[in-house]
Amino acid sequence: MSFLNVVRRRLIFLVLVLLGVTLITFTISHLIPGDPARMIAGDRATPEIVAKIRDDLGLDRPLYEQYARYVTGIVQGDFGTSIRPRRPVLEDLRIFFPATLELALVALLVATSLGVPLGVASAVWKNKLIDQFVRVIAVTGISTPAFWLGLLVILLFYGQLGLLPSGGRIDPSMDVPATITGFLLVDSLLAGRFDAFASAFKHLILPAFTLGFVHLGVVARQVRAALLDELQQDYVRTARANGISSFRIVFTEALPNAMIPSITVLGLALGDLLYGAVLTETVFAWPGMGAYVVNSIQALDFPAVMGFTVVVSLAYVLINLAVDLIYMAVDPRIREVS
Amino acid sequence: MSDAVLQIEGLEIQFPGFAGAVHAVSGVDIEVGAGEIVGIVGESGSAKSVTAMSALRLLPKGAFDMPSGKITLLGKDLATITETEMNEMRGRDVAMIFQEPQTALNPTKKIGKQMIKVIELHTELKGKAAKDHALSLLRDMRINDAEEILDRYPFELSGGMRQRILIGMAFACSPRLLVADEPTTALDVTVQRQVLQLLHHKARQTGASVLFISHDLAVVNQFCDRVYVMYAGRVIESGKTADALGSPAHPYTQALIEALPEHAKKGEALSSIDGTVPNLVKPPTGCAFEARCTKSIEKCIQRPALKPIAADKRQVACWLKEAQNV
Repeated sequence: MSFLNVVRRRLIFLVLVLLGVTLITFTISHLIPGDPARMIAGDRATPEIVAKIRDDLGLDRPLYEQYARYVTGIVQGDFGTSIRPRRPVLEDLRIFFPATLELALVALLVATSLGVPLGVASAVWKNKLIDQFVRVIAVTGISTPAFWLGLLVILLFYGQLGLLPSGGRIDPSMDVPATITGFLLVDSLLAGRFDAFASAFKHLILPAFTLGFVHLGVVARQVRAALLDELQQDYVRTARANGISSFRIVFTEALPNAMIPSITVLGLALGDLLYGAVLTETVFAWPGMGAYVVNSIQALDFPAVMGFTVVVSLAYVLINLAVDLIYMAVDPRIREVS
Repeated sequence: MSDAVLQIEGLEIQFPGFAGAVHAVSGVDIEVGAGEIVGIVGESGSAKSVTAMSALRLLPKGAFDMPSGKITLLGKDLATITETEMNEMRGRDVAMIFQEPQTALNPTKKIGKQMIKVIELHTELKGKAAKDHALSLLRDMRINDAEEILDRYPFELSGGMRQRILIGMAFACSPRLLVADEPTTALDVTVQRQVLQLLHHKARQTGASVLFISHDLAVVNQFCDRVYVMYAGRVIESGKTADALGSPAHPYTQALIEALPEHAKKGEALSSIDGTVPNLVKPPTGCAFEARCTKSIEKCIQRPALKPIAADKRQVACWLKEAQNV
């Protein structure tokens, strides 16, 4: 089956990408000035203590040896120990990554569920009032900085109206359900805790909308352009000549085909959302990877920064793999070529 | 008149543009009788396709103006019926096939799905019965492995195969009229002949009328009972194919036939018509062909009407003919 071939090829590709990514980040992070051992030891430590720490961390070994050790570690599921909190990096990622992924996925859902209908309306009523409206929304979305929009919605919905919380993932006074998937929405449902679910949902609305709004415009514009393109195609004329109504032509003939190129945009959007969440997370005090990686960079915490990089790269490659597989599932022409 | 399947009277169509409206069709009368195969022939830009599309009301809404004209399809005035009624007629009473079979089918849907959709839309046949009907339509088009073809995607098939499928689809509900817009132009010559024969056979068998649009005089000559010759958005000559193309009366038709390669003698240059088609943003007030005509007379600066010159709806729009008849 060609599906398997694509997966196999992509997995080989994945290994190469990860090797490249770790090599580059490893090199950069070890070339920039600053001594992690000194940071850990503190200002008043004697040179002997600093040397001891350096020796413990293997920082005195040749660079290639450190790199080899690091990569071997990753293969065994060991991302090293972070310098700042002295905890296994993997453990931290396990806590922070699901929070970011949950936010990114819900933001993508917002962008898609609003962006696709707006794009369709815009294409069907091209140059009409609704099209102008959608185009304004799209440009606004693309050109609005997420952190600024975040502050505005906090001012309005928390400050003025008092409807929604300003930050965090869940009401601080509430018991957090046991972590199973790391997605708070899912975990609270699994635990049968509807109060926790409601609270987590409320906390998600503002950050997800803020993050999603930026991509909503991209999605709407993409769907509009792709649908307009499909509606120009000869097969649409054939369908009209066969008496198929305009409504059915849009939704059963043209839109499914227009969604094929749009899948790429959605995949890219999810990738962007993952690391684009950094600023939004800061505004909303969202306990995700954003805050974690910003703090780690400031502390020269290389293992943590590299762990973040590896995870995001891994996510990117996997998202692209998913996009490719969806392509093959929906477009017989691509299946054929593969 | 009453047995006419399609009647176009005084049709005028303009496309608004930056430089002014393009007068694509200016005063065209066309009639297709029951069971008749009628050709429209003319060079590119003569508005054959626009005329044909208007018969199914297929021109994009809002993109054109129709200052005058009446189109009657199966006794219904197309100006008075709703889009829903028009949709019911399209595919059922009147079908259309197009020039490019390569792109005329939805690329991501199997042939069977596309055919069955149209059958289920317009007939009582559903599910298995609709599929059986699709199979019989394909077999009528001499497609042997019909069952397998239903399971294929358009890109897996040749152009000739796709055009045969589209013709089969067009006949799905035994329409009274089939409009065929250059159906074989994109196909190579050997396939062309085969497709035309299938189309001809199917039309005669079901008694459907055909409005056949082509720039290919030889094909029209072979295929059509009657023919309209169009030039710059006007009909300039019409009649039984044998008369109109056999003994053409209009200088344009004569020049067209002169220009056919088979009329050339070995060693002589091919004949052609000097000049270009007039600018339709400012269409000529007189005979549209006047500027290129080698026989033009003073009177040609006025527009000649299409007038009968013999029996069997033989008509021509030329002052020369009128002078001869007087």
